[in-house]
This record gives sequence, structure tokens and C-alpha cells, in this order.
Amino acid sequence: MASADDVKKLAALARITLSEEEIDTFTKEFEGILAYVGQIESLSVTPEVNRAPAVRNVFREDGEPHEKGKYTEKLAAQFPERDGQYLKVKQIISHD
Amino acid sequence: MTKAPNELMLVEAARALRSREITVRELWDACHSAAVAKNPELNAYLEIFNADDAAIDAAQARIEKEGDAAPMLCGIPLAIKDNILIDGKTASAASKMLENYRATYDATVIKKLKDQNALFIGRTNMDEFAMGGSTEHSAFGVTKNPHDTKRTPGGSSGGSAAAVAADTCIAALGTDTGGSIRQPASHCGIVGVKPTYGRVSRNGLIAMGSSLDQAGPMTKSVEDARILLSAISGTDPLDSTTITDATYTNRTVEGKMRIGVPRDLLAEGLDADVRERFDAALEAFRSEGHEVVDVSLPTSRYGLAAYYIVMPAEVSTNLARLDGMRYGHAVRETTLLDDYRASRTEGFGAETKRRILLGTYVLSSGYIDAYYRKAEAARALLRAEYAKAFEGVDLIAVPTVVAPAFVFGAKSDPVAMYLEDVFTVTANLTGAPAISVPMGRVERDGVSLPVGMHFTAPHGAEDRLFTAAAQLEEKGLY
Repeated sequence: MASADDVKKLAALARITLSEEEIDTFTKEFEGILAYVGQIESLSVTPEVNRAPAVRNVFREDGEPHEKGKYTEKLAAQFPERDGQYLKVKQIISHD
Repeated sequence: MTKAPNELMLVEAARALRSREITVRELWDACHSAAVAKNPELNAYLEIFNADDAAIDAAQARIEKEGDAAPMLCGIPLAIKDNILIDGKTASAASKMLENYRATYDATVIKKLKDQNALFIGRTNMDEFAMGGSTEHSAFGVTKNPHDTKRTPGGSSGGSAAAVAADTCIAALGTDTGGSIRQPASHCGIVGVKPTYGRVSRNGLIAMGSSLDQAGPMTKSVEDARILLSAISGTDPLDSTTITDATYTNRTVEGKMRIGVPRDLLAEGLDADVRERFDAALEAFRSEGHEVVDVSLPTSRYGLAAYYIVMPAEVSTNLARLDGMRYGHAVRETTLLDDYRASRTEGFGAETKRRILLGTYVLSSGYIDAYYRKAEAARALLRAEYAKAFEGVDLIAVPTVVAPAFVFGAKSDPVAMYLEDVFTVTANLTGAPAISVPMGRVERDGVSLPVGMHFTAPHGAEDRLFTAAAQLEEKGLY
């Protein structure tokens, strides 16, 4: 089960801020949800079944790059803040 | 012609265009004006597009030039779920986070439809990031069920389902991660298909659960679904999980079929009149000489629990990219970490946050073995169990949902909402193809509401779904 502290910690890991009210609601709801999904514990699984899923991956040769700058303006137009073709973000390394 | 152009099925509209009974422009105008007229009440569309004159003219010219050889979707107006990218159009996934996001490229499915000269009526409402079974989790208001506006259309592809059921388009695309095409199809009385995992490229879909997601058709008839699915299918170098025709051997069935019914799963929770419709549909198959037999799928009862572990895990991972830096909702505070936090806190709705936190929980180091790894093992077990069942039967049948469409607000408890998916999630966990086709109507509060029948086939055997569903359609039980 998840306590209010667990919910706060999860929110911090997920980079979401919750109000006290939301922490309350989520803590209560998680009790029900985790009780439901916790049924999975009673499923017995033999080791040979516990294998990687049957999803295939494929690779392709590198090559035929698109023309340089073809998408730059389109992508840059979505930037919340830009400096020419650059994405502008806060300085994170200080020289002090 | 007795039907108005917007009421036509895809096959009928394609025929009418070819015989010059109607023009592409007339078909577009009929759908567009129906969408504009009905949307204030239904809220099926988040945006109805203006006519693209060049696209309409090009479609007409192709029909004139190629006649019957023109692609089936040429000139056909389609509604597109808002988590599928159309170059230059907004794609918000019904979230505040992406409210002003403009797609910078076409999803592969859109490119394929454009290659056939299909037209796009608008982008349809949905639960935020495709999370929900009612469209009540949209950041832009609920969609109403055209059969009864007090009820939800289901979800998450509720906008697409309502758009088709209300004849505001000829057909639509949805996406299905745990039932998001099939459940709203059942609630709105239309046909919906979740293809074999990898049949349809996921390139250009806003990802929810990457090992579960598939786009698929939502249509007025089984034949329409077959046509639309064939138009969007195919191997794609931009989605390495797409399959080829050789991945699974040809699995068409000639003549009589054996239909398996997992009776033990239907023992509880199913509305009595839904069970009656289901039994009547099975009887209809028997009367055609098909065999109906019991199958045992004991792990299925863990399906929903496994799904609500795997899916949030993938959601928390996929949605980590939305941080207000390069695109989407962006809030600026004192530090970079504050920027991330504020952007995500304001951008995401409650259900999205709930699932991100759940996913974070089941993936955290103390719980990953008990939850995530156990759920992945359950998935492997389910796959093996279904493979074994399909040695004895051609299809597996259940009702799509345990009940007809519910009234707004009826499932405010998250677990009650999650139970809407109980019969549909298994196909996503195993990757098998599945269809929902109308099997009849039940009455609630004096209103007649549709309910759907659900068939699952082995991987790659969509043809079987279409064969069985078309036979049920012919019976006219709906």
C-alpha cells in the first residue's frame, strides 16, 4: 500500500507538484487500485514462462540523411523560447 | 438515393463517387455541415477543419481519371483522433500540455491515407493522452453519446466513435491501448478493430503504452473496417515493431468455424440483458452451422491487473518527455527543476497524473519484481494460453463490455472505470487482433442502447474477424 509520504515521493520523482488535497485523494485511490492490481501476486509463474516478450526488433543501415536544416524551422517554431535556431533554456552551470 | 451522403458507409460512398451520383465536394460538404451542426451538442470534434480545396479537387480528378481503379478511400472524409499527427495541424491528445502543439510531420497512417487522396474532416475528442474509458478525462470537455446524450460514448476514442455514429464523417481512425477503439465502438453501435500488434505503424502516434498501442478503423460496417485497415497497414522503416505479411502464416478459415467462449470469465459482472444478446448472437452462429465450444483461459482473470501495471509503467516513461522545454505547455519559474515541475503540474490532468504516479510506483526498485516483472510474466503466460486455445478454436468470443454506455459521472472511482476494459485488455497484452461489432440493443431508462460482440483471433488473422463479424452483421440483430 502507498502512504501519503509514498505519494509525495512518487510525485517528486515524476516531477509533479501535488496539493495536500490531491495527496489525500491519490493516497485513498491508490489503496483501491493497488489492492486490485495486487491480485497479480497470487498468480504462480514457472521460470520457463518468465521470458522476454515476443516483440521483434529490427535494424536498418544508416544512410540517406535528409537535407540539412530541412526540419529546423518547423521544430524551432515549437520552442517556448528561442534564440535564432537555438532552444533557449535557463543557465544550469554557474561560474561563481 | 435514400441516404444523405454523410450517412453513407465507406463502400457506398466510394461507389457513389465512382458512378458520379455525387461529387467529392458534395460528399465533403454533407459531412462537414453535419459535423458543424451536431458538434455543439456532441463535442465529438476538438477542431473541424476548413475545406482543403486542393485536396478535394485532386481527389475528384483522380476519380475522373482512374475510375474504378482509384483507391477506395479517394475523396472519403475521415475523422482523426487527436493523438495522430497531421502535418501542420494541432495534435493535442486532448491535453492542456499539447493544446498549442502543431504536428511537424504526418504520421505514417496519415501519409498512407493522403496517398489514397482521403480527406480529413477534423480531429476528434478523447480522454487525455488516451487514458480513460469515457472521454470524461478530456481537457476540453466531454463527448456525448449520439444514442443518448446523458451517456458517455466510451473512450478513449469516444470522439471518433461519436463522429461516426452521428454520421458526421464516413469513417474514423482511433487508437487502442486497452480497448480504446473497441469499447467506444460497442457503446456507439459501430465497428472497431484493434489490429495485430505491428500491423499498423505507430510512427506519428502520440505514444501511451508503446508495447500495447495500435491505431485502427472505426466504421459503419465490417467491410468498411476491412478496407480502412488495409489502407493503413504495412511494414514501416520508421516503426521497427511493424510486421510483414510473412511474420505470421496465412490464417484464413474456409467454411465452418469453431468459436470458443470462456464461460468462466462471464460468470460475474455481466448485465443480464447483455448476456442475453450475447447468447442470441452465439445461437445465430450455431444456426449457420458454426460450432460454439467452451474454452478455458484461467490467466485471463489476471489480465486487467497485469494491464494496469504494464500500461502505467509505459505511460510514466513515455510522458517523461513532456517537460515544457522543447514544445508543449511551458511555465518559467526560478530554477530549471521548477520549470519542469510547474509545466507538468499545470499541463497534465488528474487521470494522467494518477497513471504517471502509478507507473512510477510499479517501476520503483522496491516493487518492480512484485508488480512490473510479475505482470510481464503474466503477459507471457496469457500469450501461451491463447496460443494453446487457438489450436482448438478459430476465434474467441466475449461481449465487448459488460454493460451498455454509462451515464456521465457514474464511474468516478478509478477501479470502476478500469473494469470497463476487462474483456478488451487481453488482446493488447498478447498482441492479438480483435474486433467489436454491434450484436444488438438493450434498454436503459427508456432509451435503446447498442452493445457489441468481441472476437479475438490469432496473430495476423484479421481476416477471420472480418468473416465472423460480417456474418453477425448480416443477421441484423442490431
